[in-house]
Order: sequence, then C-alpha cells, then structure tokens
Amino acid sequence: MIFFDRVTKVYPDSSVALQNVTFSIEPKEFVSIVGQSGAGKTTILKMLLAEEHPTEGQVFYESTDVHQLNKREINDFRRRIGMVFQDFRLLPDKTVYENIAFTMEASGRPDEEIAADVPHVLELVDLHDKAWNFPNELSGGEKQRVAIARALVNQPDIIVADEPTGNLDPVNTYDVVQILKKINDLGTTVILTTHNKGIIDSLGHRVIAMEKGKIIRDDKEGKYFI
Amino acid sequence: MFWTNVKRIVRTGFFNFWRNGTVSLASVLTMIVTLLVIGFIIMGSAVLKTSLDELRNKVDINITFIPKAAEEDVLSIKHSLETLPEVARVEYTSKEAVLEQFKERHADDQAILAALDELNQNPFGAALNVKAKDPSQYQSVANFLQGKSALPNTGLTIIDQVNYYQNKTAIDKLTSIITAADKLGLVLALAFIILSVITAFNTIRLTIYISRDEIGVMRLVGASTAYIQGPFIVVGMIYGLMAGILTLVILAPITYWLGHITENFFIGFNVFLYYLHNLPQIFLIIILGGLFIGAISSVLAIRKYLKV
Repeated sequence: MIFFDRVTKVYPDSSVALQNVTFSIEPKEFVSIVGQSGAGKTTILKMLLAEEHPTEGQVFYESTDVHQLNKREINDFRRRIGMVFQDFRLLPDKTVYENIAFTMEASGRPDEEIAADVPHVLELVDLHDKAWNFPNELSGGEKQRVAIARALVNQPDIIVADEPTGNLDPVNTYDVVQILKKINDLGTTVILTTHNKGIIDSLGHRVIAMEKGKIIRDDKEGKYFI
Repeated sequence: MFWTNVKRIVRTGFFNFWRNGTVSLASVLTMIVTLLVIGFIIMGSAVLKTSLDELRNKVDINITFIPKAAEEDVLSIKHSLETLPEVARVEYTSKEAVLEQFKERHADDQAILAALDELNQNPFGAALNVKAKDPSQYQSVANFLQGKSALPNTGLTIIDQVNYYQNKTAIDKLTSIITAADKLGLVLALAFIILSVITAFNTIRLTIYISRDEIGVMRLVGASTAYIQGPFIVVGMIYGLMAGILTLVILAPITYWLGHITENFFIGFNVFLYYLHNLPQIFLIIILGGLFIGAISSVLAIRKYLKV
C-alpha cells in the first residue's frame, strides 16, 4: 500500500534527515514509528503527504509515486489520508463542528452529507456536546479528539498521527490510543509516531525504530527499545 | 458543485470577518485612510484643473487695428485666424463698439469725453480678441499675424498693435507654471496613491500572516487553492466595501467644511458641490477601488503560504 524506496532527504544546510530508508506498509496495518527527536519520524510523514520532496528515492502510494502528482492530484490524495498532529492544528476561528465540516467541504461533499456525518463522528469521539465550542474553549484531550474526528470524517484509507499524545496527560493519552485502535479495528491503516514507551508496549503491533535518519529495527510485534 | 463552493466561500468569508473583529477593524481603518487619499486626490485634481483652466482662460491676445482699416479686411483676418488649428475662438469688436466701451470706461472723466467730442471722428480701430486652445500656442498665432498671409491685398499692414509682445513674459511664465503644476499634480497623486495602496496591502498581508498556520492545515486536509484563497479574498473585499462606504460618509462633512474655503480661494470652486454633483462617479471609484485593493492584496499576500 505504502512503499518507501531508498528514500534520502538532505536539507539545504546539509543536515541529513533520512538516509536510504526502505520499508512498506500493508493495508489495515497499525505501524508505530519510534525514535528520539531528530531521528527522522516526522520527515517520513511529510514525505508521505508530499509536503517535502525526497533528495533521492521514491515514495509510492499503491502504484503512484506521490511526488509525481500535480497540485490537484495532491489535494485528492491528501483527502485519502487523515492527519493528526501533536499540536492539534485546529482552525481557531471555527467551531468544533466547522473544523470537522471544513474537511468535508474541502472534498466537495454535499451539505446533507456533512449534516449527517459530522454529528456521527463527534459521537464517536464523545464530543457531541462540544460541537459549537471554539478550540480555545477545549482541553488538550478534547482538542486532540476533535483532530481525530476531523481526520476520520472523510473515511480515509490511512490515519497518520504525528506524536498525537505528546501534549496530553496519561488519561487522555489512553483515550486517544483507544480511539486509534478502534479505528484500526474498523479497517483503517494507522501510522503513529511517538516517544511514549507505554503506548508501544501496550499496542503489540509493528514497530519501526529509527535513529539518525536510518531504520535500525523493524519488528512485527515490537516493544519500545532503541 | 460550483455554486455550493461559492456559497461556502462567501459564508466563511463573512464569518472570518466577523470573528476577527479587531483585525477587521484595523484593516478597515487602514483602507479608509487609503481611500480617503484617493478621494482627496480626485477633489484636489478637480480644484487644480479648475484653477488652471481659469488661468488659461485669462490668457489671450488683443489685436488692435489702425482706425483706417476696412471692416472687411479685419473680418478677413478674423476668418484666417479662425482657420488656424491652435485658435479656440476669435471675438470681433467693431471700431464703434471700441469707442462705446472707451466712453463707458471713462464715463466719469469729462475731460476725456470732451476731448473725444473735439476730434469729431472715431480715433479707435477695430479689435480682435484671440483665445488659443493652449497658452503655449500664442507664439505661433503672433507669428501668423506677422506673416504676409494676414495682410490685405494692398500689402500695407493694418494692424496697429498685438499685445502679445507686451505680455510675452507673463504669458510664458504662466504657461510654464501651468505645465509644471499639471505634472507635479500627477506625480504627487500617483505617489500618494501608490503609498497608500502599499499600506493597505501590508495591513492585509499581516492579517493573512496571522492565519499562515491555518492555511497550512487547510492544505494538509486537501483543500484546493481556490477553496483556501476564496474566503480571504471575500474578507479583503468586505474590508474594501466597508472602508469605501465609510470613506464616502466621512468625505461629506470634510468637503462641506472645505467648501467655503475652496470657494473663496479657488475662483468660486466649491469642493462640496463638486462632491455632490460627482457622487456617482466618486462612489464608483472609491467602492470599486476598495474592492479591488482588498481582493488583489489578499491574492498576492496569500500566495506565499499556499506552497505547502
């Protein structure tokens, strides 16, 4: 489904973010990418979203090289991926409902569908009573649940979560991981980057460990171990 | 789908304008300054134009003929002058009329009137008053009068005096002042317009800079360029529209107050009456200018953040 073929990324200041990275991800997998800060986890995600271009190598989604897509195709492609960030990245001037609806509007979905799906997905992350609040009126855990709802609402093929629990307390971390597990159980591929040893150990899924831009370990049912 | 998107973009634009109240207020205020500058430049150039036209009208040349000159000869010179492309109009005053005018002017001076009576004949010749289309063209009119074509068949000149030569220095000076004032007015107007448009542009750029992270997020959830850009353009146009309306409202009392001053100072030109009479055009220029500046500034400012 996703295939990184000998991908290298060197920034203009000569710092090497990725070095000859090769791996693939199958549909319905739950893959965690672990490593210290600067190991290259976020760069991998940026490559996948065509936010950054590789210096060498290619990134394939199904049989398409994502860096050969034109602007319109990139937009279509990104709608098939749901993104969750550590800093939530909600639109501050939009309510919870509008934040989620925006993703659907951007995909050109009709109003009736938006009106039906948004409450449903809010129910899923248990935030139906906060629909008309603005992001600054929510707690960190609530914001992250909105972000997950936003990522989910277009029924994407993949959910990419970049350190989604980095700013959360243990209770909220647990909630977020449970939601991600549930999403994966329903058939969506999940890619998670994290520092959190507890999460990795409790998941029992595939773990890719990175260090200084290289993959140093790729275990089918890994533990957090660098 | 197209209309659904347009509806969503416009709705989002209005929401963004309303929810970012402080930023919107600051942008509208800056745009008002820009549009006021444009408004003042419109009025200023009207004042300048009226004053310069008035000055131009004051410049003319008088040709006086010798008393013996026959009326048909004078009229034939008048006719040939009228065929010149530089000449706007020529007024003929017969020798009798010149005498009448002289008597009227000196109605209180019995000595002069008595002296005239003594003469028993009209000592004045007919006169022509020539107005050129532009003050710089009097030289060629004067040259024409010196040339042979202006002379009657007898070959003797019947022209007594052309006052261009007496007034030449004054006419030349006035011509250069008018030309310089015209140019300076245009340069100043352009400079002020450019400066104020840049100010408005920078303000809008700042408002978009505040939203740069959001633009990145919109990109990452797969929103198209038009869908991201649209609401910002709508907001820019709302700034322009609001600022335009407020500018028109503000201009009314300002021009009313300035009206009397300009009326006394600039040869009867009342800037308030000018504002009222030309309101439809000024309305269009200010409102369209506001909408255009708002929209273009948004388009230019947002481009930088759309590269994700």
